[in-house]
Amino acid sequence: MSTQLRGSILPKWFAVALAGLSIGSAVMIERTTSVAGVGGTITLAVLLYLVLQTTWSFTVEGRRHAIDRLFATLMYSSFVIAALPLATLIWTVVSKGIKELDMNFLSHSMRSVSPSKPGGGVYHALLGTLEQVGIATLIAVPIGILTALYLVEYARGGRLAKAISFFVDVMTGVPSIVAGLFIYTAFVLTFGFDRSGFAAALALTILMLPVIVRATEEMLKIVPADLREASLALGIPKWKTILRIVLPTAIGGIITGVMLAVARVAGETAPLLLTTFLSQSINQNPFAGPQAAIPTFIWDQISSATPASLDRAWAGALTLILLIMVFYGTAKLIARYYAPKA
Amino acid sequence: MAKRIDVNNLNAFYGNFRAVADVSLTIEPRSVTAFIGPSGCGKSTVLRSLNRMHEVIPGARIEGSVELDGENIYGAGVDPVNVRRTIGMVFQRPNPFPTMSIQENVLAGIKLDTGRKSKTELAEIVERSLKGANLWNEVKDRLDRPGAGLSGGQQQRLCIARAIAVQPDVLLMDEPCSALDPISTIAIEDLIHELKNEYTIVIVTHNMQQAARVSSSTAFFNLAATGEPGRLVEINPTDQVFSAPHEKATEDYISGRFG
Repeated sequence: MSTQLRGSILPKWFAVALAGLSIGSAVMIERTTSVAGVGGTITLAVLLYLVLQTTWSFTVEGRRHAIDRLFATLMYSSFVIAALPLATLIWTVVSKGIKELDMNFLSHSMRSVSPSKPGGGVYHALLGTLEQVGIATLIAVPIGILTALYLVEYARGGRLAKAISFFVDVMTGVPSIVAGLFIYTAFVLTFGFDRSGFAAALALTILMLPVIVRATEEMLKIVPADLREASLALGIPKWKTILRIVLPTAIGGIITGVMLAVARVAGETAPLLLTTFLSQSINQNPFAGPQAAIPTFIWDQISSATPASLDRAWAGALTLILLIMVFYGTAKLIARYYAPKA
Repeated sequence: MAKRIDVNNLNAFYGNFRAVADVSLTIEPRSVTAFIGPSGCGKSTVLRSLNRMHEVIPGARIEGSVELDGENIYGAGVDPVNVRRTIGMVFQRPNPFPTMSIQENVLAGIKLDTGRKSKTELAEIVERSLKGANLWNEVKDRLDRPGAGLSGGQQQRLCIARAIAVQPDVLLMDEPCSALDPISTIAIEDLIHELKNEYTIVIVTHNMQQAARVSSSTAFFNLAATGEPGRLVEINPTDQVFSAPHEKATEDYISGRFG
């Protein structure tokens, strides 16, 4: 091999050896001095690794390789830092929630179960969440998708479109408790309706709408104009072009957007407390009387703060996560069925 | 079937900008007419005005008239959807519908339009259109596979099959080969030769050899300077345009002295 192409490159095992060295030294320093705990040791090890690697690489391999290694290491560390909370969260919920989560838990309500006693379940809350989120989705999805269609396909950046876009942005920033307060004052106080699961669904609709409009709008925008033109040039009317060509091409992203909105509102607590409050028993009718929901169930169980109720709270949290995962999986399957194939 | 097109004093605008000025020309039925000229001279715009696709772009509009066998397609009460069913179009980049199979792509115009047809009728249309586009032998065993999985040249022939499936009277082609390799280009040119027996064809091309090979008439468009509207310089039989053009500008362009 010609010497022109050769450079001094550190061997592959260098990174592994250096990592071992850094961790070893950090542990030694932690033992001999009084640097605090595990977190301190890990931070120290990472810093040691960064400094040693950069200087070593700089002297042996040169400036370009040293910078390359430095930023590669920073990038990997950032990924670990970002993924760590998620992993710990899932681990905590699964490990604490799994012991109470069984068929009995899923099929019983909290009616006449004392907070301090084990037993009871999440059935009434699961039913409430399914009904409230279901109604909210039924209202928000058509309105949201039609709004986005108007903005992208018909309005062509006119004044009305700009006003709608602005208010959608404003809606995105509305705190959930304000949405709850709004429905409480408008629906319950002004029009005199009972607090109900339906009132809660209306509050959730307000929270879902801007997410769906934005997601759908973005997806419609990236459908190539070529496809619309190809369809129009075949003599296909505009409405059919949108329905048969544009929407199916964008459906995967739209469904993902809808699922993000569902996942967001399924965990909302504050607006539910104002619009449907709590219930310990099964209320199948979303249009009359208080109805339970999983978030308010968790909140209620944590307020009781007995060992049995805390177990139920964790199991409730696990149920909610599993429920959203099932929604998400189903939605992805539907999206895959319609998505562009190659 | 094939129809004649008369363009009278056509002016095309994008907002306030006049892109094409005072174009008048006649396109004979069962012939291939090529539009040539430098970039920005308005040849694609004129082509898109012939089936009312120009107005699809926001702010774009037309003055003047385009007559299809004597009937103005810009006349009052004319539905652009019906115009486009009669005058089909093939675009520069192959654009099969990505959610549809080969078969569904061919039937897109028919299914989305009138709906009810029996399965055997539909199968006949698929076979006839794909044979018409010289694609049948390559895809007959995989009609239910995605149209986007074909090669670029096959995709373009699929788009042609899709366009002729609705049995238009006129076929407009906007640089149909500019995204294709030489072999696929030959395939499309052969196809144009066959299609002209049934259809009136107008093709925009940047490739002068192609214009010379496929067309019977050639229209040369030019623009005085950037920012000026494009104008029709001359339209004559292709042999004449390439051997003894009427205008000095045409000769300069064809001999490669500019553009």
